[in-house]
Amino acid sequence: MSTATRPIDAFLEQEYTAGFVTEMESDTVPKGLSEDIIRMISARKNEPEFMLEWRLAAYRRWLTMRPPTWAHLRFDPIDFQDIVYYSAPKSKKDGPQSLDEVDPELLRTFDKLGVPLHERARLAGVAVDAVFDSVSVATTFKKELGEHGIIFCAFSEAVHNHPELVRKYLGTVVPPGDNYYAALNSAVFSDGSFVFVPKGVKCPMELSTYFRINARDTGQFERTLIIAEEGASVSYLEGCTAPMRDENQLHAAVVELIALDDAKIKYSTVQNWYPGDKDGIGGIYNFVTKRGDCRGARSHISWTQVETGSAITWKYPSVILRGDDSVGDFHSVALSNHRQQADTGTKMIHMGRNTKSTILSKGISAGRGSNTFRGLVKVTPRAEGARNYTQCDSLLIGDRCAAHTFPTIEVRHPSARVEHEATTSRIGEDQLFYAMQRGISAEDAVSMIVNGFCREVFKELPMEFAVEAQKLLGVSLEGSVG
Amino acid sequence: MIKIHNLHATVDGKAILNGLDLEVADGEVHAIMGPNGSGKSTLAQVLAGRETFEVTEGSVDWDGTDLLALPAEERARAGLFLAFQYPVEIPGVSNAYFLKAAVNAIRRHRGLPEYDAMDFLARVKTEMKAVDMKEEFLYRSVNEGFSGGEKKRNEVLQMALLEPKLAVLDETDSGLDIDALKVVAEGVNRLRSPERSMIVITHYQRLLDYIVPDKVHVLSQGRIVRSGGRELALELEEHGYGWIETQPAAPAAQGGRP
Ligand SMILES: Nc1ncnc2c1ncn2[C@@H]1O[C@H](COP(=O)(O)OP(=O)(O)OP(=O)(O)O)[C@@H](O)[C@H]1O
Ligand SMILES: [Mg+2]
Repeated sequence: MSTATRPIDAFLEQEYTAGFVTEMESDTVPKGLSEDIIRMISARKNEPEFMLEWRLAAYRRWLTMRPPTWAHLRFDPIDFQDIVYYSAPKSKKDGPQSLDEVDPELLRTFDKLGVPLHERARLAGVAVDAVFDSVSVATTFKKELGEHGIIFCAFSEAVHNHPELVRKYLGTVVPPGDNYYAALNSAVFSDGSFVFVPKGVKCPMELSTYFRINARDTGQFERTLIIAEEGASVSYLEGCTAPMRDENQLHAAVVELIALDDAKIKYSTVQNWYPGDKDGIGGIYNFVTKRGDCRGARSHISWTQVETGSAITWKYPSVILRGDDSVGDFHSVALSNHRQQADTGTKMIHMGRNTKSTILSKGISAGRGSNTFRGLVKVTPRAEGARNYTQCDSLLIGDRCAAHTFPTIEVRHPSARVEHEATTSRIGEDQLFYAMQRGISAEDAVSMIVNGFCREVFKELPMEFAVEAQKLLGVSLEGSVG
Repeated sequence: MIKIHNLHATVDGKAILNGLDLEVADGEVHAIMGPNGSGKSTLAQVLAGRETFEVTEGSVDWDGTDLLALPAEERARAGLFLAFQYPVEIPGVSNAYFLKAAVNAIRRHRGLPEYDAMDFLARVKTEMKAVDMKEEFLYRSVNEGFSGGEKKRNEVLQMALLEPKLAVLDETDSGLDIDALKVVAEGVNRLRSPERSMIVITHYQRLLDYIVPDKVHVLSQGRIVRSGGRELALELEEHGYGWIETQPAAPAAQGGRP
């Protein structure tokens, strides 16, 4: 074909490098979903009664709900009875354990993924919680964080050790009945991270969770809860990968963020779940509810996401701007290649006075990928002086992909200022030829253009992960000059 | 030395070059003139390796290598430079980054050490002074929002940085004011050397007052229909292209062929 498609294809056909499987004996509950299964999961985790009741209530609620159909996504209905809802590596004993007790096979798996957990090699300045299928296998730097009064642990551990905090905050941002997938998650959630930063404490290091799906036919239903008390601040990052398999696997997570007065939470995601193959066989179905609550005055919640994986992405990290003068940000890069479908965006709900939100979305579609941005900016009658700025850019690579933008604006206060800008561009054969005429390979030229397109979002990621994200997009580091 | 022999090229099945012959020896500067749509830019792009055009017949020998067998980026690395008639905008990619990538791709190919950020900036700033370009153009996206003249200067800047063996300038003088024209001409003249050859495509003999060519060719309907010295450009200026038709069919001088 023409010069335009040849190099672009090479660029886009890079292999998924996290697609290996770890051979591991696991403790798995039977397929299917019922009250019995939920009791079984809760029993496996040795949960207090309140947690089981909460799960069962969510399950009963879920039974009355229907999956949403409004998204711009096409897939066969999911058979919820054909999924394993809990699978844990055998060696994992109940409750927390030290790193020495972690199965070396698991440590090797995370090493291979570039997330070393053992003392010698851990990432400097980044505390990691490693979640393998349904359980957290290790959390690093716990002691160091504990000295600052910061709690960073597996969710199931928090249920045991800090039940009062869990009871106080769980489900207060995303109630169990919020939507179909959130209800499902509330019923069967397995593990995830729990973060609590007490009043006035600035978390001295990056916190991060690495999610790994390994077992076959298993869904991953993680639950993350982050609380920053008055004046506290924390930066958190999650990464995700899964083996290459021909069957689709379900990932339905819920993340809740709570920021009290003057608190700041920065949440970054580098999502690289297995996207399926070129023809759309296999891959993760990623249905995620992420929401932050700027509960306090002058609080600030910032979402940054780089979404390159998953066969299907359904995800709208949102901020409820409840506190006066609170600030919400959403920065997103979403890539859909081959047959990948992404329907992603955000909701900014302005309730407090002088609240401010920024939405910056960069969608890249390639191959036969489909990329949809869906944004809601809502200014309630109380939200005097609310301001929003939305910029939504699409980059098309090749001519068989698609990009859609659905911005919705609801303004109920006359003083609100809402601005929206959108652009669509295509990497053209003429641009590639120009670069090649200067001796630059077409692959490097595509990388340069894609990287330039994403720069504003990459800038928001913590340093180490910005590099990671660029690599993920197959781009070499730009910006050493200029 | 570049030898173009009986070159035929088509786009979407439509013939544009129809048996074009041209030879340019090392150190020579040849000017190509010809009416709109006669195939001048097509020749330039075919030489540079654009795949939109299909070469259906003929050959191009470049110092003993088959130029047409090389992909575009390898031609560039081997020292072929094209100053585009319409330079392309690349939003989001800074000119500095782009130029550094280009210079280093070519240095790598020539076995020279790559420039680091410091060396590169020092070099590029010197070259920018020579073409009278402000430093801010380093930090803007490649050609984005550049005026016509600024784009042409940016092409000459790249030519100076990349130090080609064969430079093809496609109407680099079009749309330039008189000062810019001098700047561009000086840029070209500075690069003139016994090892370097140039093909300068232009509509205006005015440029040839500044860049004095060794030969002038007239391209019409995809062939060189007349070749001569500097004076041919002056005659064309006076009589127009129609004049060629009325002249006895002088053999197209093929730069040294018997
Ligand atoms: N991609 C293309 N598709 C169709 N026709 C093309 C294409 N590129 C060039 N042509 C045609 O080929 C012919 C020669 O074009 P070319 O650009 O080489 O002319 P030129 O001599 O450079 O003209 P000018 O002096 O106007 O720059 C023209 O008729 C043009 O329309
Ligand atoms: Mg032309």
